[in-house]
Amino acid sequence: MSRLSELLASGTRPVVTAEFPSIDGGGLAAVERAVADLKPYVDAVNATDNPAAHAHASNTSIAIAMHQFGLEPVLQVVCRDKNRLAMQADIMGAALHGVENVALLTGDDVTAGDEPEARRVFDLDSIQMVKVAGGLAEGHYLSGRAIKEPPTLFIGAVENPFAPPLGYRVERAKKKADAGARFLQLQIGYHPDRLEDFVRGCVEMGVAETTALLPTIVLTKTGRALSFMNDSVPGISIPQATIDRVAGAGDKEAVAEASYEVTVELAQHALSLPGVSGLHITDFRHDGSLARLVEDLRIGPSQIKEQHAHRPQLV
Amino acid sequence: MKRLIPLFEHAVKKPVWDCRMCGQCVLHSTGMTCPMTCPKTLRNGPCGGVREDGGCEVKPEMTCVWLKAERRSHSPINPGRWEAELNHLRPPVNNQLKDTSSWINLLSGADRRAPAGWTGEIVEDSADLLVGAALVEIDDPSSLPEGFHS
Ligand code: SF4
Repeated sequence: MSRLSELLASGTRPVVTAEFPSIDGGGLAAVERAVADLKPYVDAVNATDNPAAHAHASNTSIAIAMHQFGLEPVLQVVCRDKNRLAMQADIMGAALHGVENVALLTGDDVTAGDEPEARRVFDLDSIQMVKVAGGLAEGHYLSGRAIKEPPTLFIGAVENPFAPPLGYRVERAKKKADAGARFLQLQIGYHPDRLEDFVRGCVEMGVAETTALLPTIVLTKTGRALSFMNDSVPGISIPQATIDRVAGAGDKEAVAEASYEVTVELAQHALSLPGVSGLHITDFRHDGSLARLVEDLRIGPSQIKEQHAHRPQLV
Repeated sequence: MKRLIPLFEHAVKKPVWDCRMCGQCVLHSTGMTCPMTCPKTLRNGPCGGVREDGGCEVKPEMTCVWLKAERRSHSPINPGRWEAELNHLRPPVNNQLKDTSSWINLLSGADRRAPAGWTGEIVEDSADLLVGAALVEIDDPSSLPEGFHS
């Protein structure tokens, strides 16, 4: 079992996952540097798969390198760029190198990226891929062809508690849990009420019993960053009051500080919800705020003091 | 006849449901909303990109297909049933059935046939069988099917 799965199952403290920066050039030294920056503060990190439909060094190559540098990877696989053969091959290939955590998601459309002319694939959807990955761990490909000595996999997915149809999102989370997702990294959101409804629904429907919920918290520096997400990233909406509060805080430093405060408040609220196992942190600041955040919240591996977290039955 | 039926099916279903002739119709379990009209062809519910106003991530001017499906699943026309079926886990699309008639595939059962591994069944490796058979039975390499060597 992966370290991440053991940590989540133990419920000893809130777990922190994060996103690895996109790597293009610079060789393995670039990966090593990023590992060193993140490792003290996080439990596991997503090796992203062409985020926002922009090509970068591949998810599998980064996940393998992270693993070799001693940082626990979560192999992210999106359904946009590859068909069922290639996605199964990527998971199997990474597993060969010791990568056990996989997060399977639909993925942004090609039109979100810088190569909108690309052919979109979506041969499988994320829920189907969750089930197919479960098959790999059980010892067979989707075709039914046997895998001798199958890999150990800890399979997760993503759900968006903040996008319509709001009432349906819990059922979709349940569908993912039923298909075999043992953790759900929730999408970026700035509506605590929606998160609260979603997590409560997940607890009521038994999703939180089998599947660890990790709401996403974003570190940003400016009001413009918030406006951009609100206006230009489908599926993300930010209340105008939140944007105004940050944008109107004063000079550059005051704005950055107000933005940090918003993040801390959202994080504290998320962690206070029964059923939440930790946080997934997206860092757009890259100014050391990640270290400050995990310290202020007293979460992540740097916190020696044990505290209680929700404890799902992951097996 | 085999060629006419898909044409006829498309003529009927295209104007009403914008049918894409995937050959494995699931309209009855998606609130009579065709999931193949979703730009990501998602068959198990909406992606995370649905806009605040319900618009599709890819085509903002279109309401998300799954928003419509979810709404219609509560329709009084078919109480209970559409709602219950909306959450069924639909298997991967069989791309071999594209442009064939889902009506014929329904009768033959082809539309419900998922790969063996989908239900956890383990099958013998057909590639092994083929290679084994070729080595044993074919002694004249020129009689191998074209492309076999490549
Ligand atoms: S928003 Fe709806 S219709 Fe558009 S790609 Fe996502 S699921 Fe499909």
